[in-house]
Formats: sequence, C-alpha cells, structure tokens
Amino acid sequence: MIASASVSAGDTAWMLAATALVLLMTPGLGLFYAGLVRSKNTLNTFMMSIAALAVATVMWAAVGYSLAFDHGNGFVGGLGHAFLKDVAFAPRAGTSIPQLLFFCFQAAFCIVTVALVSGAVVERMRFLPMLVFSALWSVLVYSVLAHWAFGGGWLQAGGTLDFAGGVPVEMGSGFSALAAALVIGARKDYGRQALLPHNSVYVLLGAGLLWFGWFGFNGGSGFSTGHSSVLAFTNTLLTPACTLLVWFGLDLLRQKRVTAIGAATAIIVGCVGITPAGGYISPGWAMALGAVAALPSYAIIVWRPRTRIDETLDVLAAHGMAGLTGILFLGFVAQLSWNGVSDGLLYGNAHQLGWQAIAGLAAPAYAFTATFVLLRLLALVMPLRATEHEEALGMDVVQHGEQAYASGEGAILVSTEAGLDGPVAVAQP
Amino acid sequence: MKLVTAIVRPEKVNDVLEALYRADVRGMSMSRVQGHGGELDRVETYRGTTVKMELSEKVRFEVAVSGDFVQSTIDAFCAGARTGEVGDGKIFVVPLEQAVRIRTGETDASAVTPVKK
Repeated sequence: MIASASVSAGDTAWMLAATALVLLMTPGLGLFYAGLVRSKNTLNTFMMSIAALAVATVMWAAVGYSLAFDHGNGFVGGLGHAFLKDVAFAPRAGTSIPQLLFFCFQAAFCIVTVALVSGAVVERMRFLPMLVFSALWSVLVYSVLAHWAFGGGWLQAGGTLDFAGGVPVEMGSGFSALAAALVIGARKDYGRQALLPHNSVYVLLGAGLLWFGWFGFNGGSGFSTGHSSVLAFTNTLLTPACTLLVWFGLDLLRQKRVTAIGAATAIIVGCVGITPAGGYISPGWAMALGAVAALPSYAIIVWRPRTRIDETLDVLAAHGMAGLTGILFLGFVAQLSWNGVSDGLLYGNAHQLGWQAIAGLAAPAYAFTATFVLLRLLALVMPLRATEHEEALGMDVVQHGEQAYASGEGAILVSTEAGLDGPVAVAQP
Repeated sequence: MKLVTAIVRPEKVNDVLEALYRADVRGMSMSRVQGHGGELDRVETYRGTTVKMELSEKVRFEVAVSGDFVQSTIDAFCAGARTGEVGDGKIFVVPLEQAVRIRTGETDASAVTPVKK
C-alpha cells in the first residue's frame, strides 16, 4: 500500500466491484447455512444472515466504522467518523480510493462476520435477541478487532500481518461462535437424534458463492489493482483447491468415500486459510497452506460432535481454526520479495512469527471473552432461546410465521392487499 | 390381531419410535400426512397475503400386532406422542382379517411377529 494523495480511477473501479463481491458473500453464507440445518429451520437460519445486512450495516455507519478506523488508542478507535462524519470523496489515508468506498468495503466485511457467528446458535436462538446481539457484537467485538488488525491498533502497530481479516473476521467469528454455543446451550435433540443437513445442494451452491465473493474479499484487500491484490486473487484460487484435494484424501482415509458436505466445508476452510496471508506469501506457499489448513480444521470437525458443545455449523473449525492456521503459517513463509513488506521465519525474520503468534493468542481470547460476557448480560434482560416446544415445531413457523417449503394445501385466505375484508374460503383441498 | 393406526405430531416421531422400540414393537410403517383435529389455526403471512393454515403436518403410523401386543402398542404411542396440548393426535384400533408375510407366505400372528435373529 503506497500512500497517495489522489484517487486512482483504476483502483476505485476495482474496489467498487470488489465491495459488491464481498456483499454477495452474506446471502451466499445464508444459503450455505440454510442447507446445513433441518428443513423446519431453513428460513430462520437464512434470515440470521439477512439480518446482519440490516443490523451490521446501520451499526457500522453509526459508530462501528469510526471505532475501527478512526485514530484512537491501541485498543479502539475514536468517534471522529461516527455517523460518517468527514467520510467523503477524499482518499482514505494509505489508499488511493475514496474514503466512502473504503467504508463500504469494510462494512461488507463487518456484515459477513456478524452473519458467520449465527452458525453457532441456529435452530434454537430467538430472532429478536439475535438482532440485539448482532448489533452489539458488531461494535463491541468486530470493530475492536478490526481496529487492532487494520485500523492502526496495537497488533498492526507491533507488526502483525493480516491481509484480509484473519484476526477480526475469521478468528473473531470462530471463537465468538464457541462462546455463543456455550452460553446458548445445545439444541434439545443434540446427541439424541440424527440432525442432518436438509439440502446439500444449497450447501455446495452457497460454498461456491462464498468462494466467488472471496475473490473480492481477498483481491480487494490490497485496496488497489497492484501486486498484492493480484497475488491475493491468485492465492484465493490456489489455496482452496489444495484444501479440497487434501479434504478428499482425509475423507477417503476415514470413511472410504468423498463427501459433498465435506467438499463445501473444504472450500470455506481454504478460503479462510488464505485470508490473512493472501498478499504476503508466494503462490507455491499458498498451495502448501491449503494442504496444511485442512488438517486441524478436519480434526476439530471430527472431534466436536462427540462433545456436548453444540457449535452447530462448525464456525470454530472452519473459520476460527483455519484463520489461526493462516495467521501462523504466514509468520513462517512471508517473503519480502513477494510482498515488499516483511519476511517470515523461514526467510530469517523470527520477529514476524512472534507477532503472528501474539495475534493468534490475543484475538481468540478477546473474541471468546467479550462474546461470552455480552451474551450472559443479554440473557439477564431477555430469554435468548426458544422453548422446547417451539424448537420442536421449528423456528420458521414460530419466529417468522412462514415455511420454506409451504405447499399451500389447507391454507385459507384471510386477507389480501387488494382489500378484501373477512375470510374468503379458497384453496380448500 | 389388530391394526393400530396412530396420527401424531411430526416433532414427536423420534419419541414415538423410541417408545415403540422399548415396547418391543418392531414392525411398522409411517407416512407424512396432513390433517386437522381441532387444534388452533396457525396464521402465516406471505407478502400481502395472510392465510390460516387449516391443516397441520402430521405423521401416521400403522402397526399390525397380535392380540397380546395391542395394549402395549397403544401405551407406547401415548407415552411417546403426548405433550398435553391440543393436537397431540389420535389412535385408531381396527380388527385385522388377515396378514401375510410375502417372503415366506406365513399368515396371521406369525406374519406380524418379527423374525428372531
């Protein structure tokens, strides 16, 4: 990133497109998550991601962006940009794109991260507390971690490298998800019944959309059309491909079959792994990272369902763990000749690995603790989860009064927008 | 020999299966049905359209049992499917004229008794 006084047309054009790509990741994630739950919870699960589009965006514009990216102390930014004050067409310091566009790009990151956390509490958490939690979490956890890693906070100042959000997005969501799962508690049927994904095609399509969006996520995190963006873009292709292959191998070893849900998971793990490292490591090392990142995440996915921890959609394994792997891996293999910023341990700079390890301890610790306390406090004010009976009926009907797969059979029209008053009996079978 | 038909809530299916298993009832069929048994109507809204869902999702079990098993089957259904709210379902018991196991041609009581392994 070269400081420039003026706005670059090329950089701005790419960043406008990249921002839209990142925004698509949230409905993509909604589809991915919706496929992984039971059919009676499809809409509620999808809606938790849609809710992030509303809640996180508004909070980001109000105070989140300012707390992340305004000058402040090492822990949190100031309120100088609250309600978009002084955010306009002048380039954001250190980039050649208008600060408004920088704000939008970072907003899309905050949104998808808030949506990620919902994976821990689907099928049982009530929708209203989820909205309140999402709003508070986006400020108290995401903005703070974003400040540490991107906004001039203590990790960035110390020397931690995090290209596209291993700290705030991946470790932030993953370890918060673990805390949320512990506070909310397991689903009533967890460990007693088989709780299976109801539509694996949604899962694969969602993973595909996420990978597509990730090209904007990583490719845009150089804020330019320069070398680091091109490198990150390339690595976003290479790393997940290697994770997929290794995941196929692990599936074959363990159960003699390659699974579709496993493949979708591998795509996410690969994309997450390369997120912190995208613009800092060579394509060759990016491929190695893809292979390495598969192992710890696969291990957690095998281990976790045998515990009482109902971290339902494995956000910890796919995001927290893979993000941690990427953050640490980068400390070993970063190359000055590729990134122009710093070398890693293998190229003679142990200092870099040290700061990567500090980030790998601090971010999970903060995310877990802050989320745990936040949800415990929220539980004092409102019930966080649905009753057992409501859980049995399904969150779609109970929370939203809709079904994902409504047949219309037996439905009697009560009123329409056309202004018909009183019950009109139609559609009787 | 009786045919026991039970209509239960879909969310209680796993509890019913567990209760039947404990009662040693091993052979049965189940199907998804829609029905209405006097429970409150549920209202759903899609854009401007509000509808009252007259029919609810239910699951129908059919079990053919020999005379000794009738009461324990009924008890198992009650234990597994009851929530105490309106809409828990019904059990119907009807006499069964004949039962044939297709594989062996066995009839009646031996046809509805599971093969001991």
